Amino acid sequence: MTLLKTVDLRKQFGETRACDGVNFIVKEGEFLSLVGSNGAGKTSLVNLISAHLQPDSGQILFQDKDITFTTVTDRIRAGIARSFQIVNLFDGLSVFDNVALSIFSREGKTSKLARLAEHDDEVAGEALEVLSQFGLASKSNAVAGGLAQGERKLLDVAIAYALRPKLLFLDEPTSGVSTHDKAQIMDTVSSVVRAGRVTAVVIEHDMDVVFRYSDRIVMMHEGRFLADGTPDEIRANKDVASILLGAPLAS
Amino acid sequence: MKPTAPALTRRSHVPLLAAGALAFIVLLLLPALIDIYQVQLLTYGLIAAIAALGFNLLLGYTGLLSFGHSAFFGIGAYTVAFLLRYLDLHSMELYILIGIPIAALTSALFGYICVRHTRIFFGILTLALSQVLYSLALKFFWVTGGTDGLRVPRPTLLAGLVNFQGAGSFQRFINAYYYYVVVAFAICVVLMWVIVHSPFGKALQAIRDNEVRARFLGLRIRHFRWAAFLISGTFTGLAGILWVPLNGLTTPEVLYWPFSGEIVFAALLGGFRNFTGPIVGGIVFNYLKTYAIATTEYWQLLLGAVLVALVLVLPTGIVGGLSKLAAGLRGKEKP
Amino acid sequence: MAILILQILNSLFYASVLFLIAAGLSLIFGVMRIVNMAHGTLYAIGAYVTAWLVGRAIGLGLAPAWLFVLIPVGAITVALLGAAIEPVLLRPFYRRAEEYQLLVTFGLLLILEDVVRLLWGGLPLSADPLMDALPIIRIGTLSYPGYNLVVIGIGAAAAVALWLVVYRTKFGVMLRATSQDRRMASALGLNVGLVYVSAFAIGCFMAGLGGAIIVPSQAAVLGMGIDALILAFVVVVIGGLGSLQGALVGALIVSFVRTAGIQFFPEIELAVLYLIAAIVLIVKPTGLFGTA
Repeated sequence: MTLLKTVDLRKQFGETRACDGVNFIVKEGEFLSLVGSNGAGKTSLVNLISAHLQPDSGQILFQDKDITFTTVTDRIRAGIARSFQIVNLFDGLSVFDNVALSIFSREGKTSKLARLAEHDDEVAGEALEVLSQFGLASKSNAVAGGLAQGERKLLDVAIAYALRPKLLFLDEPTSGVSTHDKAQIMDTVSSVVRAGRVTAVVIEHDMDVVFRYSDRIVMMHEGRFLADGTPDEIRANKDVASILLGAPLAS
Repeated sequence: MKPTAPALTRRSHVPLLAAGALAFIVLLLLPALIDIYQVQLLTYGLIAAIAALGFNLLLGYTGLLSFGHSAFFGIGAYTVAFLLRYLDLHSMELYILIGIPIAALTSALFGYICVRHTRIFFGILTLALSQVLYSLALKFFWVTGGTDGLRVPRPTLLAGLVNFQGAGSFQRFINAYYYYVVVAFAICVVLMWVIVHSPFGKALQAIRDNEVRARFLGLRIRHFRWAAFLISGTFTGLAGILWVPLNGLTTPEVLYWPFSGEIVFAALLGGFRNFTGPIVGGIVFNYLKTYAIATTEYWQLLLGAVLVALVLVLPTGIVGGLSKLAAGLRGKEKP
Repeated sequence: MAILILQILNSLFYASVLFLIAAGLSLIFGVMRIVNMAHGTLYAIGAYVTAWLVGRAIGLGLAPAWLFVLIPVGAITVALLGAAIEPVLLRPFYRRAEEYQLLVTFGLLLILEDVVRLLWGGLPLSADPLMDALPIIRIGTLSYPGYNLVVIGIGAAAAVALWLVVYRTKFGVMLRATSQDRRMASALGLNVGLVYVSAFAIGCFMAGLGGAIIVPSQAAVLGMGIDALILAFVVVVIGGLGSLQGALVGALIVSFVRTAGIQFFPEIELAVLYLIAAIVLIVKPTGLFGTA
């Protein structure tokens, strides 16, 4: 079943065509990677879909509903969530509070000011569960600002995941992390996401990671889709090979 | 839903409740130990603490620095004065019951205008709005008493049950009013503590820490800021309401911008990144001000200089500094 | 008709002063991303210093013509003050959270306002002799102080001079480069520290000049700094923070509205200004020419 569909989506920044007529289809349950060199338009596409940017033209359909002009809040309520390339946490709050806040927001409980946050057992329980799925339960009470980079990346994903979205965009979840940690992070992320039956689109530069974890790979180049297929199909694709040879193999 | 992983050890509140109760009891017993002048001074200190507590919801927890909180303190004070002058009301309870909604309304209005902006624009907007009130107080002197202000003699407490006339009434009033303020103070502290530890409070802190991410969690930033502004102004307004019967007089000075500076200073002095910071700051500041004013005519200069020194040397304030010291002594590293 | 001309002239007069203050504020913000809460007080200091010097000069028996020299002297004093303030009080805070910058300049505001009170007391200080030195000009049936026309001239000259400096000199290029990208400018070998203190000093000079030129017409009083700060803020809200054009246009708008307001609706003139500012903030939050 088609979850997301963009129709001829366009966004220009001055001379640069970040998205040049993108027709992107994401089916429910997929775990796909969005790849391409820097400036190919991947983050712009995600920004457009998550309402961080408004498109110049084109349509975005989510579950067959036109959401092109809806706000960030509407899209989150509809079930689209994202993490950020540069880790974006609530550094002053504890790890637990970071995730709990997602849940409070999802449940519409953030207007409650007459009860203590930690007395909400339901939310607390779910937050702990999410944290343990991501391997962060032992750091529940630590302040988010003090975590190591790998843990911060995981927390970033966990916060978006805790919104229980239908479609989750992860913007370079392993960037800035050592090779050893990359595998750990992706193992965790992919297993949690798949277990939760969340459709995921991951922006990635590391092709090893991409080939290892994705069901489907979509490659962007200069604002357009260059290739779209299973890892084997992509491996066989000559255009992709020529682009990749020009680019560094591991980021 | 039961947690499947290591259970979250819910931090026990017993030590905190015990400390709070102890502090409350100490406050109640103090009048027996100190002279009447000190009781009066401490009452002012507690009132300043309430004002700073309200202010810090905006600064410490929401990340918005207001330079116009004198507006709310002043609205509270002048509302009491007007209720006395034009409606001949003498009951403290009526002052509070009517004054709080008026302070809330003012905060709601000012907040609506100000929270569309952040940082310096927010700061100067709050300053400008408070100065509008100040100039109104001066301009409409036949209503507000102008620079002479309005006198507010002792109100009746507890719905008229307690009033103060005759011999020894000063002592009785000061003592009774002290207890009244202690109770109000305790209620404010508890209320504010619950608010900042509620889901709403967490959302405010998230917005403070990372506005973009908070928006991508589905939080409506402006609504939260506005609500925080409303609560903040109302607390400070209550401080103004409690202050004027004790001071006996309200003048436009409490609307003038240096007064906002005093509230800012009190929060900074105690430490705006802690809950107890503004409380400590308000009380300590009040002592500092009383003794400084007695010493020098250029109190504002001193205030400004100490403010700059604080920001340079002790930005986390007294409470922040003390907790760093404690952490250092314990040998642990705090983030 | 005569009233209209009077209104226009008064508006231009006041706009000259407002432009100087607001442009100084905008310049500092444009280059350093700081809004100095004490900026209005620097304007007041310019006024007080000039008025005081005029009083001294008269006492020494100096001819009125010499008094005009005191205007730039007042402005330069403020510039020097600014040059001393920036490295000591502002530089430690560039890397820190913005709240601290605001708090420090607010502390500076408290200090400077009281310093003014300490140095010159609570009574207004005037510099009438300077104004009286120039003749009254006849315009048709109208009599208008020649001094005010000089002020309008100074305002116009300042606008042109500023534009020339920022857009036509090498120093202006350095200013603009640093304001766009501080790290890059530094990497290219620009002495960012020097640029900062210069920009700050220039901004302070302008505020001081504003005070110096208005004091012959309007005595220096306590609290003039805060009033100026708020008005300057309204100007940059309307015109856009960081834009010189915006400061000019904003100053003209605010000045015209204020002059008309004082003439026709004295009770609510302040409210009308705030209303305009509020509308602009809602409709175009960055102001007419703003980039911030």
